[in-house]
Amino acid sequence: MATVTLRVFRGDRTGGELRTYQVPLVEGMVVLDAIHYIQAHVDSTLACRWNCKAARCGSCSAEINGRPRLMCKTRVDEFGDRPITVQPLKVFPLIRDLVTDVSWNYRVNKEIPPFTPAPGDRGPWRIAPEDVERLFEFRTCIECFLCQDVCHVLREHGGTDRYYGPRFMVRIAGLEMHPKDTVSRAALLRGRAGIGYCNITKCCEEVCPEHIHITDNAIIPLKERVADVYYDPWRALLRLVRGPREPRGA
Amino acid sequence: MAEWYDVHQHDVLIVGAGGAGLRAAIAAADAGASVGVVCKSLLGKAHTVMAEGGIAAALGNVDPEDNWEVHFADTMRGGQLLNDYRMVEIFAREAPERVYELEQWGGLFDRTPDGRILQRPFGAHTYRRLCHVGDRTGLELIRTLQDRAVHSPAIEVYMEVTLTRLLLDGTRIAGAFGYRREDGRFVVFRAKAVVLATGGWGKVYKVTSNSWESTGDGCAMAYEAGAELMDMEMVQFHPTGMVWPPGVRGILVTEAVRGEGGILRNAKGERFMERYDPKKMELSSRDVVARAIYQEVQSGRGTPHGGAYLDISHRGADYIKRKLPSMYEQFLKLADIDITRSPMEVAPTVHYVMGGIRVEPGTGATTVPGLYAAGEVAAGLHGANRLGGNSLSDLLVFGKRAGEHAARYAQGLESFPRLDDAQAEEERRVLLRPFEADKGENPYQLHEELQEVMGEHAGIARTGEGLQKGLEKILALQERAERMRVGGSLLYNPGWHTCRDVRFMLHLCEAIFRSALERRESRGAHWRLDFPAQDPEWGRKNIIVVRENGRMVVRTRPVPQMPPELARLVQPAAAS
Repeated sequence: MATVTLRVFRGDRTGGELRTYQVPLVEGMVVLDAIHYIQAHVDSTLACRWNCKAARCGSCSAEINGRPRLMCKTRVDEFGDRPITVQPLKVFPLIRDLVTDVSWNYRVNKEIPPFTPAPGDRGPWRIAPEDVERLFEFRTCIECFLCQDVCHVLREHGGTDRYYGPRFMVRIAGLEMHPKDTVSRAALLRGRAGIGYCNITKCCEEVCPEHIHITDNAIIPLKERVADVYYDPWRALLRLVRGPREPRGA
Repeated sequence: MAEWYDVHQHDVLIVGAGGAGLRAAIAAADAGASVGVVCKSLLGKAHTVMAEGGIAAALGNVDPEDNWEVHFADTMRGGQLLNDYRMVEIFAREAPERVYELEQWGGLFDRTPDGRILQRPFGAHTYRRLCHVGDRTGLELIRTLQDRAVHSPAIEVYMEVTLTRLLLDGTRIAGAFGYRREDGRFVVFRAKAVVLATGGWGKVYKVTSNSWESTGDGCAMAYEAGAELMDMEMVQFHPTGMVWPPGVRGILVTEAVRGEGGILRNAKGERFMERYDPKKMELSSRDVVARAIYQEVQSGRGTPHGGAYLDISHRGADYIKRKLPSMYEQFLKLADIDITRSPMEVAPTVHYVMGGIRVEPGTGATTVPGLYAAGEVAAGLHGANRLGGNSLSDLLVFGKRAGEHAARYAQGLESFPRLDDAQAEEERRVLLRPFEADKGENPYQLHEELQEVMGEHAGIARTGEGLQKGLEKILALQERAERMRVGGSLLYNPGWHTCRDVRFMLHLCEAIFRSALERRESRGAHWRLDFPAQDPEWGRKNIIVVRENGRMVVRTRPVPQMPPELARLVQPAAAS
């Protein structure tokens, strides 16, 4: 029977190694199937996260041959005869095997002011299709955190203390551009969210399984918004005259 | 209090963080309770994200003739009148308000040209009724509720915690016991009220659209705690799951494909729904379409991999990519098929359970004081067959009600119920037993075997003989499940986690078989080849399963009868 060779990281915070497994090849098999085979037939202690197996939930993120991807969406036949190396996301602290501690993301999300319509603006609302359609892209995010994993600020520079990462730029963009939202998150973006740290290398866009144009459609417009609010000379002059009122973004 | 577990305390404990759990948490917090939410996965990954087609609510935005009465009638007829009509009435009346509320909380929907929430047609809904956003409505719903919940100071979320036992003080609820998946540390949640929102148990079947989480823990825990289960024989086969390649078998192909004009054909190119439901065609109810595909395959008119063709390519590439983006991507990546050019191969897949814990219609209260249930784990709303789109509105309507009533019950208690360490101790012994044996059964192997039994004996087409055989096999598996064995440690150990899942699932399998044997007729999703017709006698009974003296007992209960003003709505004459 044809088999596929997997090298899977096994270990925890104290250390680990790549272990090799031979898995029978089934037509159309994805990497997650191979991991499940190992769990059921070779070693039931192999830890990984997964839920939907249909690229909807964003649970089974891993680095496959060095590239952050969803295991449920990565076919094993695309690698030919080469072994497939599966490792946990590097940017987050390891728990065990392929499972990492992603709780930081949930803490960040809590810091972002939620959707806030004007008090008394109770629906049902009339919103033009074109005003919501540009937001749909941001709302397709499945929180797989692959973009966080490749972000230079977070990965190479350990910048979780100063930058929220691409996922939350997308989240904030979805809120800021919502036609019914009334809160400005410009101060947050410039401050704790650290949008200035992003130098637009677009690596996050490349790994996004939902093909969200993270930099072009979320980060760059948000950077412009921050620049408008804080660095526009005319507005600076106005602020001198009228006091530091924070204007609502466009 | 012992040192071998952590203790958390909340007025209301919500088990499950899908649509029903999150909506219940928000409602309980709004009612002034302190709330703990426990989920097995990370927050936002619950099975609700897989809901694709939309939320059914009679807004009448596209078809102004629509109203709650028509939605009521469609739902009752879809459920073959086995539904609890009082739940259906509440549901049909309140669904629109729940959808508009989501919008107020930041949820986004596709719009009509004049800016209202757009609604699409769906199986067995008389009018265009499903509020949707492309084919990822469930994701939108869960994100919206998730963001609302995490910003509430009264709500605490415990991710990756599995609860395995409800703790009782006498007969009333006192909390729940379980472990953290990350490190196996045991936890006790003390609570005045518990809301189960744990979803279904599709994982008792091999070919299913459900994720690993759908092992029915909530229903099984409730059963062990003495709650009544109802309609357990009613398992929904969604007509369209993927069939090829083998690795993706069972993954859902949304009904929205048919809602947007998709056509079903057999291998001979015939549009076979003309023979099964010439009026509603592809948009007939799910039980009818699933049986039609099954029969086509059985008659030798199936596709190469044993299904039917579903074709949407005539709608054009732009339209398909805009309205069904996830489907387009799913087939391209996983099956090498471009659905804008070629048809999909589809076959029925286990998708949903109509049965579950019996609840009081307005409150979600189970038969155990202090225990509530909402969403898929609760029975009654959908009867013998659920209509597409009714699940998401179910979560919202009854999640809210269960949360509110649990909070009210909690406020009525002066102090927390007594915690009985012996119950926690006993559950710990059950959980740790698989580590103690030198050799024993592999939990994955048992899971696979129980799935095979269910597929073979409790599938779309059932017979008394087959069900009896299946039941015997499940009872034998239950014996073997007493001797499971796993290695490794308590640290994120999926093999160990599977052990308790298997024990839970075996309860539910037994309940499905015993209920299916009892219902000697065909109705909705329950199709008995040896009793192919509907029997009005059985139409007046729900089947109840309950644990008495450690044994599963089956009873029947009269279906509540509609008052004349509601019965009038459901009369065939009222159908359009």
